[in-house]
Amino acid sequence: MSSADIYREIILDYYRNPRNFGRLEKFDIESHDTNPLCGDEIEIQIKVGEGQKIEEIKFLGKGCAISQASASMLTELAKGKQLGWVKQLSKEDVFRMLGNPDLGPSRVKCALLGMKVLKTGVYGYLGTRYDDSDSETPV
Amino acid sequence: MLKTEPIDVEKIRADFPILQRRVKGKRLVYLDNAATTQKPQRVIDALVDFYSRYNSNVHRSVHTLGEEATAAYEAAREKAAKFVGGQAKGLIFVRGTTEATNLVRFAWGENNVKKGDLLVTTMMEHHSNIVPWQLLAKRKRAILRFVGLQPDGTIDLGQFEDLLKESPKLVAVTHCSNVLGTINDVSSMCSKARKAGAVTVVDGAQSVPHMPVDVGSIGADFYAYSGHKMLGPTGIGALVAKKKLLEEMEPFHGGGEMIREVFLDHSTWNDVPHKFEAGTVNIADAIGLGAAVDYLSAIGMDKVRAHEVLLLDYAMHTLPKVKGFHLYGPSDPEKRGGVVSFNLADVHPHDLATILDEEAIAIRSGHHCAQPLMRWLDVAATARASFYVYNSYDDIDALKAGLERAGAIFKI
Repeated sequence: MSSADIYREIILDYYRNPRNFGRLEKFDIESHDTNPLCGDEIEIQIKVGEGQKIEEIKFLGKGCAISQASASMLTELAKGKQLGWVKQLSKEDVFRMLGNPDLGPSRVKCALLGMKVLKTGVYGYLGTRYDDSDSETPV
Repeated sequence: MLKTEPIDVEKIRADFPILQRRVKGKRLVYLDNAATTQKPQRVIDALVDFYSRYNSNVHRSVHTLGEEATAAYEAAREKAAKFVGGQAKGLIFVRGTTEATNLVRFAWGENNVKKGDLLVTTMMEHHSNIVPWQLLAKRKRAILRFVGLQPDGTIDLGQFEDLLKESPKLVAVTHCSNVLGTINDVSSMCSKARKAGAVTVVDGAQSVPHMPVDVGSIGADFYAYSGHKMLGPTGIGALVAKKKLLEEMEPFHGGGEMIREVFLDHSTWNDVPHKFEAGTVNIADAIGLGAAVDYLSAIGMDKVRAHEVLLLDYAMHTLPKVKGFHLYGPSDPEKRGGVVSFNLADVHPHDLATILDEEAIAIRSGHHCAQPLMRWLDVAATARASFYVYNSYDDIDALKAGLERAGAIFKI
C-alpha cells in the first residue's frame, strides 16, 4: 500500500476538518497524552449520561494527519455508545476504521494515540487502569 | 549552472557500502546526517581489524596485543585532538556530546556551582546542552537562564551581554544549531564570557563534522563532539578541555584505570585524561573515530564546508519553489551549517517523512531534541534535511520531487 492510500481523501478531510474538535464545558472524564516521538498530542473529554452512555465527547489535539484523523473518527464512533464499548475496542478496530493502512511500527503509535487517551480516561472513570503495554511509546 | 563541486562525490559514494543499498527498490537518498552519518569502508575495516587482529584491553596488559591496542587507542586520541586543534592530554573519550556535557555537569559543576549562581545557555540548544544544566541548577539551587534569539534565527547578542553583566558561572552554547543551522560566533562569545568570569562549554556536535574547527582560537573551556555524526562509530565522542582545568576537577566515574592508588579510606587519581576514563574504555570505536578523522582529513575540512555551502545554496534556491515550502533559520548559506529545516503547508513533518520514505528519501521529522526552540518557532515539529560529503545536487532534486508528490497527495 502506498502513502497515497494511507492519506486517502477521508483521512485528509478529518485532519483538516476534525469532527468533535474542542472542549466540553461540563464533563465527567478528561484524559490527555502525547507521543514523545512525534510530539502528537490528544486530549479527550466525555460527558457520561444515563446508563453509562457517552453522551458528549470532544477532543483537542495537534500532530500528524494520522493521529488527528484517528482521534476524530474515534470520537464519532464512540458517541452514544456505552463505556463498556470502549473497553472492548481493539487496535484492529482502529486500523479498520482508518481503512487498514500499511503503517510502519513508528506510525502505528500515531494511529493508536486517540484510542490510548480514550481508554485511559474511561478505564480511570470505571476505577481500573488501562495497561497499554501493546502501544508503549519510546521516549 | 551548477557550480563544480569541490569534492568528487561519485568517488566518495563508492566508499560507503550502505549507499549501494536499494531501499524499496530505489537509490537511497540519505539526508538525515545531522542525526547520524553513514560509515565509509575504511571506518568499518578499522573496527573489524581491531577485533580480528589485536583485540585487547588497553593500559594494562604488557603482551603484544595489549601494546598494539594501547598504541592504536592513544593514536586515535592524538588524531581526534589534532583534528580540532587540541592537545591529546586534554581530550577525554566519552560516548558522545551528551556524555560530555554530563561529565562537565558532575565533574566540574558539583564543586564549582553554588546556590544562587547563574548558568546561561540559549534557546537554540539541543536537549543535551539544556537538561544537564537544568539538573545541575536544581541540585545546587542555581539559576538557569536562556539567551533568546533574533527573528532570523541568530542569538540575541544584546541579551547575551546583559546576562554576562550578572556574572554567570557557566555559559553553554552550541557552535552550530542542529535545527536552524545557525553558526554562532562562539569565539567571540567565549571571549566575552571568560571576561565575565564564566566557564564556557561549546557543543560541537554539528560543527566538527562539517567545518574546520580550532578549539584554541575558539577558547572554550570545554568543547564536545560526537563521532557518529562525522562518519565514525556510535558510542564514541570527545570532550576537549584545558588540561589545567581537568587537573583541578574531581573525577566523573570511579573505577579501574582512573586511579593512581586505592586505599580503604581514599584513592588518588590517574593523570589527565585517564582520570576521566574509568573502566574499560570504548577501544574499537575510538580507533574507528580515528579512521573517520583520517578519512575527513584526506578530503580536507575546508572542502567539506565549501561543498556543503554549495548544496545549501542550491537547496535554498530550489526547495522554496515547491508550493507551501517554509524554511527556518538564517537565509545566508555562509552563515549556516548544512541543515535545512522546513515545513510544507499544513502537512505534518511525520506525514511528510512517511511519504518521502516511499521514494527512499530519508529525512528527519519531529522536534529534533530541541523542544524550547520548537516553541520559539511556534511549531510542533519541523522536517529537516541535512547534508554531508556523499550528498549532491541530485539528492536535493530528489527531495524536491518528493515534496511535490507529498503536496499533490495532500492536495496543497
